[in-house]
Amino acid sequence: MELTGAQILWQSLKDEGVDTVFGYPGGAVIDFYDALVQYDINHILVRHEQGAVHAADGYARASGKVGVCMVTSGPGATNTVTGIATAYMDSIPMVVITGQVPTSLIGNDAFQEVDIVGITRPCTKHNYLVKDITRLERIIKEAFYIARSGRPGPVLIDIPKDVTNSRTVYQAIQAVQMESYNPTYHPNTKQLAKVVNLIKEAKKPIIFTGGGVVLSKGAEALTKLAQRTNIPVTGSLMGLGSYPGTDAKLWLGMLGMHGTYRANMAISDADLILAIGVRFDDRVTGKTDEFARKATIVHVDIDPTSIHKNVTVDVPVVGDCRLTLEALNQLLDAEDPAVIGPERTEWLGQIKKWKDTNPLGYNQKDCATIKPQYVIEKLFELTKGDAIISTEVGQNQMWAAQYYHFSKPNQWLTSGGLGTMGYGFPAAIGAQMAFPDKVVVDVAGDGSIQMNIQEMATAVQNKLPVKIVILNNQYLGMVRQWQELFYKKNYSQTDMTHAPDFVKLAEAYGASGFRTEKPDEVESVLKKGLETPGPVIMEFMVSREECVYPMVPAGAPITNMLLV
Amino acid sequence: MNGDKSILSILVDNEPGVLSRITGLFSGRGYNIESLSVAETMEPGISRITMITRGDKHIVEQIKKQLNKLINVIKVLDFTEQRHVLRELALIKVHARAESRAEVLRIVDIFRCKIVDSGPDHYTLEVAADEDKLSALLNMLQPMGIKEIARTGSIALVREMH
Repeated sequence: MELTGAQILWQSLKDEGVDTVFGYPGGAVIDFYDALVQYDINHILVRHEQGAVHAADGYARASGKVGVCMVTSGPGATNTVTGIATAYMDSIPMVVITGQVPTSLIGNDAFQEVDIVGITRPCTKHNYLVKDITRLERIIKEAFYIARSGRPGPVLIDIPKDVTNSRTVYQAIQAVQMESYNPTYHPNTKQLAKVVNLIKEAKKPIIFTGGGVVLSKGAEALTKLAQRTNIPVTGSLMGLGSYPGTDAKLWLGMLGMHGTYRANMAISDADLILAIGVRFDDRVTGKTDEFARKATIVHVDIDPTSIHKNVTVDVPVVGDCRLTLEALNQLLDAEDPAVIGPERTEWLGQIKKWKDTNPLGYNQKDCATIKPQYVIEKLFELTKGDAIISTEVGQNQMWAAQYYHFSKPNQWLTSGGLGTMGYGFPAAIGAQMAFPDKVVVDVAGDGSIQMNIQEMATAVQNKLPVKIVILNNQYLGMVRQWQELFYKKNYSQTDMTHAPDFVKLAEAYGASGFRTEKPDEVESVLKKGLETPGPVIMEFMVSREECVYPMVPAGAPITNMLLV
Repeated sequence: MNGDKSILSILVDNEPGVLSRITGLFSGRGYNIESLSVAETMEPGISRITMITRGDKHIVEQIKKQLNKLINVIKVLDFTEQRHVLRELALIKVHARAESRAEVLRIVDIFRCKIVDSGPDHYTLEVAADEDKLSALLNMLQPMGIKEIARTGSIALVREMH
């Protein structure tokens, strides 16, 4: 069957099971949009290309499927770069299709021409410029395969306009194999036997779970491992939801710069760390020389470059997190349950002591203004911990991480690696597309919500009932916090007092808006906002100079925490 | 960058942009390329990149893993610890006036170079050698006056065991 390049693209997307594409048309992709009507695919028209790529990312994180976005050449393509880098840092499967000027014009500085393959080379898992239509189908197939396999990541396909409108035979390729790309899924069994022995011998073991557990759908196996071995669990920002956050006995909360006191103390005192699907980011380790010096470290990751990169480990295991955890559980089946999972009275008792001396906390009772943490706790209660939560970046993100106790994977969408302000709202739109019936809430600050607020029109147009909680402290709060603590309160360029009226702004877009500055109205505003159909902004005027605690100063050992 | 020299032989898909993926990886992560040489292999569609890089054990390990992670990289071989043959090619244009022509020819003979171009006051020498021999040759030619020099990066193959 002979098809145009545009038809081959849509047909290939259908074959990959894609039902939703986030995009924005333009001259170089007009043929794609012309052909779109022939295919049963939802296209969500965003208001800025950055919105499209973050929405595809949010869709991917919530659903576990590959997110797809389509934009035109030149500025359309460059507007996706932040979103691509965001997805790359957090290993999110995504395919980005960019239009390109006709092949005959490439290199001539044509109108809306940019070398997007060159620009995105360091922030994609792989990328392609399709110069020959006969390669198009195979490249799309490869792109999806690369995006979702191994350590997932974004793949960009740049398609010149003449390729979209010429014709070739569509072959319906079933699967691709690539000589040069073969991720290792199955762990080395000898290494696993070592891990089992270490578990048996350890007196102060700890599990450190990360985004790899969520991505590999390994949360269930991880939970099983932790509970049968009675080993406490801490998580990176990306690992939240991979272990029930409501398990007061074994869950220690997040570790690192804004981790809990008990998590940071426990990992520093541990004699065995089972690090699963993490990359020992500097926000986790603090000063690496002093990180977990007493521990034997087991590191499981599908990407060999993650291992020994920041921290030297004792037992490296290259493999898929879920398959590795399942294999470990299988090996543990042969062991005496009492030996692998003793009471650990002393170790868990010590952790409880740490928890009791310095619990996460804030004091709303004696405060006339709203504490941002209180808003998140109430949001957790009212949504029964079951909402999909996206965040922007900064204090709002850290409070959401600390006070919304995630119990399931894929309900926590946050830009962990790149720290992209403006991510949360479009990501929430993407997640809501994947799960139209779920409660999806973007936890935002007054600064970051303004970075992609234009997507309110997208939400309203598509009747996506995304809820936005703005913790408004009229500052770029996290930068202000650093200025307060480390720059002698020199609040240089972080005062955001001049802001739009967010309630009126919501209404101007055809959405709803509510605001309060009173602590005793927090619950009712949240209730009203969550119950109101359609997109809603709930704005909470919070204590302006509230800080996120604990805090480990950048570059310090993680036991060196500033507490409340 | 400090550390020992490593000789990496990288088999890659012969596709546009592959070299820039590799050099981009090095510049982006702050690794060092001392020399680089690329050409096709016997197998169609596959090229060999021979690269000399420098770094401590930890960095070289990371370089190899990062290279392997690139989709277009088929195989990364490290020849450093193996018995290998290593050569680079140089073309050297050296002043050769009446008083020094004989001396240049003697050096050519000793170092087994070839003269590939000559004129009234110059010779152009071709030599394939390892780095030590090449620098010895350049030392010898220095007094005559080297007009120009062009060198390739090193290429290497592992020695077969007998």
